Amino acid sequence: MMGNLLWIFVSAMVVNNFTLAYFLGLCPFMGVSGKIYTALRMGAANIFVLTVASLCAWFLNTVILPHAPFLRLISFILVIASAVQITEMVIKKVSPALFRALGIYLPLITTNCAILGMALFQTNRGYGFLEGIFFAWGAGAGLTLALVLMASIRETLELANVPEVAKGNAIVFLIAGMLSLAFMGFAGLLSS
Amino acid sequence: MSRPRFLVTASPHLRGPATTPTIMWNVVGSLVPIILAATFYFGIGALLVIGSATAGAMLTEALFGRKGSLGDGSAAITGLLLGLILPPGFPLWMAFIGGVVSIAFGKLIFGGLGQNIFNPALLGRAFLQAAFPVAITTWVEPRGGWLTLPAQMTSVPFMGAGDVDVVTSATPLGLWKFERIGTELWNLMVGHIGGSLGETSGLLIIVCGGYLALRNFLNWRIPISIFISVAVLSGLLHLIDASRYPSPLFMLFSGGLMLGAWFMATDMVTSPVTNKGCWVFGAGVGALVVIIRAWGGMPEGVMYAILLMNALVPYINEWTQPKVFGTRLTEAPS
Repeated sequence: MMGNLLWIFVSAMVVNNFTLAYFLGLCPFMGVSGKIYTALRMGAANIFVLTVASLCAWFLNTVILPHAPFLRLISFILVIASAVQITEMVIKKVSPALFRALGIYLPLITTNCAILGMALFQTNRGYGFLEGIFFAWGAGAGLTLALVLMASIRETLELANVPEVAKGNAIVFLIAGMLSLAFMGFAGLLSS
Repeated sequence: MSRPRFLVTASPHLRGPATTPTIMWNVVGSLVPIILAATFYFGIGALLVIGSATAGAMLTEALFGRKGSLGDGSAAITGLLLGLILPPGFPLWMAFIGGVVSIAFGKLIFGGLGQNIFNPALLGRAFLQAAFPVAITTWVEPRGGWLTLPAQMTSVPFMGAGDVDVVTSATPLGLWKFERIGTELWNLMVGHIGGSLGETSGLLIIVCGGYLALRNFLNWRIPISIFISVAVLSGLLHLIDASRYPSPLFMLFSGGLMLGAWFMATDMVTSPVTNKGCWVFGAGVGALVVIIRAWGGMPEGVMYAILLMNALVPYINEWTQPKVFGTRLTEAPS
């Protein structure tokens, strides 16, 4: 059981990294990877939202969706987005410090494809409650890893003499591709 | 106006004779024995593969690089190293494309020499591995005849690989991974094994890399820390289960570890700037190599290990920045 959970975590984090293997969640990956500090907070917000999303998806899958499977997509989006919004309000009330750290990033990613993708993967693979949580943490850790790696590279590149054609998002996409090539080394990790 | 008697200049005041071209052409020179060994083991085809990779790299640098940047030798090194980590009998046009990608996307897109994040040669190889997975894992047996060229080498671009009629042999790492068959250590050390062109002869690579380390053209801490990390980790695994995990010496001399540790990981641009950082970097490369070899889906992981650690170098540089003397407060200001 423990080994299985660990495998789910590692697989979602490095082998099938959401950003670098599935190319999900590219919007925050491109947008908020300019500075390590913001990248770390975005990663934390991602982990948080993914956990909430995993809980919601598990709840919907066990209680409601068996009766109405055609509602899956729309209900995932609605329930996850509103659950995150409600949590955000609660955090704002209970812990202003945490809200300042995560708050501004939460609304940005509630309807992100990485979040919805995680919920759908979890459903398709038939993950239970604990498996879903570990899957969400692994995916969140993977997103954070990709964001932070990209942020450190971009901070270094600010001094580089990047040619005019590749400036801005172009070089970020190219580096994302190179990181993705490097992450191919983890393919098949722990599968045998 | 007479010459001023006091010349006020910015540091550095002591200048060494080493320039970028000196270092680069020295590295090229130290690669020559390895290229000769590759020709000795794999025949004239080895020269053709290395040649076309180098041609692709240098042509791209000449066309798109800054003026005169071809002369600093870095494009030549990238091409030669890429050629050396390709399998013998690799189709020539693919090797050429690999050279082009190495320089164009590994270096020029970042702004040229000194600004790239990833090692260009390894990036080109990773690209080839993703684009042509079959061709890059077809290992021709050494000594198939000096002048015979495998048919797929001269195949027309994008028209299929042609008739593959070579004697292939698995690499020692592949044999171990998929069949748990070991290889005799002496063969591993001198290079009489299947594998990439320049990766087979571990002892020769140690001599060539050692020369560069003695002349201080590469930081010896990187290869040494890679070896220590690989030896310790694989030794532990070997003690736990000797039938599953090979011995440390096998790990050190098989695959691309020697060439990668001496010539790829030590690339001055993509390795950390501090000595402490070099230890961290090497330890990380070694750990990743052991992880990928022991539990990964592929038999070999040196290329990916170095690329992944290249991505971490900005961090390592930041963490291991030496403290400026005298700036730390000894007492809390009141």
